[in-house]
Amino acid sequence: MTQLIDLRRRGLLRGSGITVLSASAVALLAGCEKMASAQASNGASAANDVGILNTALALENEAISAYQLGAQSGLLQKPVLEVAVLFQTHHKEHRDALIATIRKLGGTPVPAKSDAEVAQALNAASLKTQTDVLRLAQRLEKGAANAYIGVIPSFGDRNLAQVSARLAADEAMHWTVLTQALKDPLPAKALSFGA
Amino acid sequence: MRLPARPRVLALAVFALAAAAPAAAADATHGQELYESRCGGCHSLDANRVGPAHRGVYGRKAGSAPNFNYSTAVKSSTVVWEEKTLDAWLTNPQALIPGQRMNFRVALPADRADIIAYLRQQSGK
Repeated sequence: MTQLIDLRRRGLLRGSGITVLSASAVALLAGCEKMASAQASNGASAANDVGILNTALALENEAISAYQLGAQSGLLQKPVLEVAVLFQTHHKEHRDALIATIRKLGGTPVPAKSDAEVAQALNAASLKTQTDVLRLAQRLEKGAANAYIGVIPSFGDRNLAQVSARLAADEAMHWTVLTQALKDPLPAKALSFGA
Repeated sequence: MRLPARPRVLALAVFALAAAAPAAAADATHGQELYESRCGGCHSLDANRVGPAHRGVYGRKAGSAPNFNYSTAVKSSTVVWEEKTLDAWLTNPQALIPGQRMNFRVALPADRADIIAYLRQQSGK
């Protein structure tokens, strides 16, 4: 829960421009030093890759806010709340990794929208039950997984395409857990993501 | 290998029929499913999120959804969203408008057609 109610701290870090890299963010970026220098030699491709990463960052920021809204709604009971906190932590690690990569490529990370803006865009006022919150999270996680899959062909750098696939795998894992929590059937057919 | 006359005529007839057959009609219902699962990570019909709101997108000039912060490339584009431009956009956004920020691609033509049919329906066109 601590992670979900650190709004002031999050705002402070955001405002100061400091990015504290988590262990997984460091791992995600391991070996990307070569990538950064190679990208610098291909300006158009690097700029496009930065654009993709910034769109991904906006998506992660929205997910962090969505889980924040869900946790603060008072609708989530244990153990669902703990799982939501964990998933929010994953999204924060994704955010940190993306910010670090964007900076490494010479780009400027997009700022996050406020939780209030996200609440309005996602119609959070309509959430009345735990199931409502889980359905929203399930929908956003599937969309996020598919977004990461759908941008893979657009990356100029294959290392970044691989990073996108790893992020998609995390989102797919979240979707699976949420689907089980909702007692929804699992997909009857293979290759259900990206389709 | 050269076909005898009758099979050759038959083969030509089959080919002609196949060529004349209209493409399967786009399915807006399937398009909605695809929209929600593929586009819904970033877009909604009625709210600007990571991407702009989509209701009314069909027939609209690119970069003109109210209150959305577009890339300069999209904002200055003269593209108007209809069948052909949306198909090109979903095939490869960067090829249609270099400098855009979406970059999401839909590989299958039938899927693109269904998504476009849904967007058109939701735009009242």
